[in-house]
Amino acid sequence: MTNKKYDLIILGGGPGGYVAAIRSSQLGLSTALVEAEHLGGVCLNWGCIPTKALLRTAEVYNLIKDSNEFGIKTENVSFDLEKVIKRSRNVSKKLNQGVEYLLKKNNVDIIEGWGKLAGKENGYNKLSIENDNSISSTIESKNIILATGSRARQLPGLESDGKMIWTYREAMIPEELPKSLLIIGAGAIGIEYASFYQTLGTSVTIVESLDRILPLEDKEISDLAHKAFEKRGINILTKSTVNSMKATGNSVKIVTDLKGDNSEITVDRVIVAVGITGNYENIGLDQTSIEINKSHIVVDEWCATGETGIWAIGDLVGPPWLAHKAEHEAIICVNRIAGVEESEPLLAENIPSCIYSQPQIASIGLTEEAATSLGKQIRVGRFPFQGNGKAIAMGETEGLVKTIFDSQSGEIIGAHMIGSDVTELIHGYSIAKTLESTEEELMRAVFPHPTLSEMIQESVMDAYDRAIHI
Amino acid sequence: MPIKILMPTLSPTMTEGNLALWVKNEGDEVSPGDVIAEIETDKATMELETVDEGVLAKILIPEGTEEIPVNTPIAIILEEGEDKSQLEGMNLNHEKSESKTEITAAEEIIPNQDLVSSKESAQILDDDILNSDNGNPNASSNDQDRIKSSPLARRMAEQQQIDLSLINGSGPNGRIVRADIEAFSSLDTPVVKSNSSQVYKDEHSDFEIVPINNIQKVVARRLTEAKQEVPHFYLTVDCEIDNLLDVREDLNSRAKSNEFKISINDMIIKACAVALMQVPAANASWSDQGIKLYKNANISVAVAINDGLITPILNNANRKGLLTISSEMNELVSQAHAGTLTPDQYQGGTFSISNLGMYGVKSFQAIINPPQGCIMAIGKVEKKPIVKNDEISIASIMSATLSVDHRVVDGAIGAKFMEAFKTLIEDPLGMLL
Repeated sequence: MTNKKYDLIILGGGPGGYVAAIRSSQLGLSTALVEAEHLGGVCLNWGCIPTKALLRTAEVYNLIKDSNEFGIKTENVSFDLEKVIKRSRNVSKKLNQGVEYLLKKNNVDIIEGWGKLAGKENGYNKLSIENDNSISSTIESKNIILATGSRARQLPGLESDGKMIWTYREAMIPEELPKSLLIIGAGAIGIEYASFYQTLGTSVTIVESLDRILPLEDKEISDLAHKAFEKRGINILTKSTVNSMKATGNSVKIVTDLKGDNSEITVDRVIVAVGITGNYENIGLDQTSIEINKSHIVVDEWCATGETGIWAIGDLVGPPWLAHKAEHEAIICVNRIAGVEESEPLLAENIPSCIYSQPQIASIGLTEEAATSLGKQIRVGRFPFQGNGKAIAMGETEGLVKTIFDSQSGEIIGAHMIGSDVTELIHGYSIAKTLESTEEELMRAVFPHPTLSEMIQESVMDAYDRAIHI
Repeated sequence: MPIKILMPTLSPTMTEGNLALWVKNEGDEVSPGDVIAEIETDKATMELETVDEGVLAKILIPEGTEEIPVNTPIAIILEEGEDKSQLEGMNLNHEKSESKTEITAAEEIIPNQDLVSSKESAQILDDDILNSDNGNPNASSNDQDRIKSSPLARRMAEQQQIDLSLINGSGPNGRIVRADIEAFSSLDTPVVKSNSSQVYKDEHSDFEIVPINNIQKVVARRLTEAKQEVPHFYLTVDCEIDNLLDVREDLNSRAKSNEFKISINDMIIKACAVALMQVPAANASWSDQGIKLYKNANISVAVAINDGLITPILNNANRKGLLTISSEMNELVSQAHAGTLTPDQYQGGTFSISNLGMYGVKSFQAIINPPQGCIMAIGKVEKKPIVKNDEISIASIMSATLSVDHRVVDGAIGAKFMEAFKTLIEDPLGMLL
């Protein structure tokens, strides 16, 4: 039996994989997508999307609790956790079906099973498909894109057990609401869960080994976030580590090193959110010249690995672990394979980052500290939510928009925001940065009034001492 | 009417010049023949004379300004009876090239053959002049002249005084983006405002940035273009030059009182010229219209000078005897060192020779000097054992490597030329025929 040949095979159906498959099909390539679990990957099933559904619940709940402020009388507001979780699962299911529809519409062959590189023959890379631990078929293509994504990183001694000690995955489908929760790691995932559970009434403690939460964000923003979360009642322990954990009965005993002092905490549940590791195991890399560095596959700027015809994209190739990064790498990589000359390598500085906690946090480009340490001469502009008419009308006056320019060229070096809906504002900077706008264009562009977006312009103008409303 | 003085076109390749010095100041009276400024072009500094009589009313471009596109107004002369009020509202757009230039250089003005690029490059500066002098932002923009570029790229180019028309954009639809400016400025001139070299120090290293003059800039740009765009291939032959050395000695011994001394280089020039006549297909250059075949051998000879490299031309070397070649070459070299070569003395060669033999270089591959099709690289002469009639003997060997533009000259023609060259070098009396 000869193996079925494709122009392009994609291993993994997450946001990197399925976008690659659709792009491939658009370019007229015969395309197969191999997925072992769910189309849509972590993002759609266990990440971005279902958590946004949960956080929307938290937002609505908060809004209703605060409704008196808006002249609306509400009493005895409560929630049904089962329904909250069910809604989140339904949202994922709907989108999962949507991905399947899109792939079929684009004539992509969806192959269920565990795909594994299986050597090379006559210039074709082979991929075996396993179902129930036996090889059911083998397909071939000159080019294969690996898009197997990532999973939660486990720290030795602090492994999750799936019951009492969770990763993001278990944290998404709690059977009951823990009264107390300890979150290890104050990155985006830890902070979003802290925000969700705290809103629903759980007593939340975050432990972060570095000196501040959201250590990748601009320090000014991360300090503001720290204050905002503490104000809401989240207990934040920075420069602290967890030494050991022991689950007993219905609680977890934790020995922590809090800024040098050992102490013991007992909580109902723990979420371990200490980063991500690439899913590079058991996909047949051992017989290839593909290089692994820090649990991620090494690729060049076009996503090519060290093995001819094998490419890798998304979380599998390293940070930032973001679906939109994976999607763009998918398109750049497929364009490259198909010989379409419209792509350029992705610039890390042009990839925005969003955190959907309350308040939200969004950023792009370099932080003020990074810019300074690179020796850049900068101009920084700031505009607070308190000065924006729409924010006041919405009752959302907590927050800041900060813009950093190169003082010589006027290049937008970075933008950092905290506050309501800032995740929907950051794309303004994405466009401006990609078009290589300077402060001049951002000042000339007309922003509609009254909107939160006016804060972008005001913050830009403030960098040049021209802000109007401050 | 006030008379606009424009940046003149002083050589065929000149698209811009530097305003080195204003000899006259605003308010000075000028009369025809007066030198009013010094302009640094691609390769030389020239004096600007005025043909008008009047007062130098306004200097539009300060001295020290670099890369001023040709035909950009640089100053205004008011004639008798005119006063400064007439300057107001004057259109200071750069003039169409066909309009008369009121200025003549001390050297002959060569008609502008590079209209398009000079027009493009002028566009940017026009806007500057309009904005700064009249406060009038309504600079008309012609879509055809528009150079697609990002706002950031434009700003960086302006700050680094980079002419956008010299850059190929790598962005969507050829848009010039930041990376293009960075790439360009790293291969071109660093931003150094002062004329003296400055020492920059940081924690990690000690280094000095030496400002680049126009000659180095042009050489850098053209060589980069040549190496990137011209498909080079190389042919190397070893020549026995014992006969040539004997002939040279014989010839030089006829100079009773050292009135001449023919060098090996002179003989190589002659050999190349004769070989080019024997294989005329090698005396050629690439152009968009087709391959240009030249009738005479105008040999560009690379001469190292203090601040770079210049290639003065020995015109019609095929029609000149060794004595003439030798004396003309001596004159060209001393002019090159003195910086007094005129553009027609270094522009328009048909074939180049670069000789590094005197530095002990055995052989090397030179970069073609576009649009020429070939360059000959000459190595040192050394005595070597050779096998002749199955016996080992000693001969003086000189290695010669021809770099060839494959679009113009193919392998067979290149080889024929090298064969002809080798035959002439090894039997120099053949040059006399």
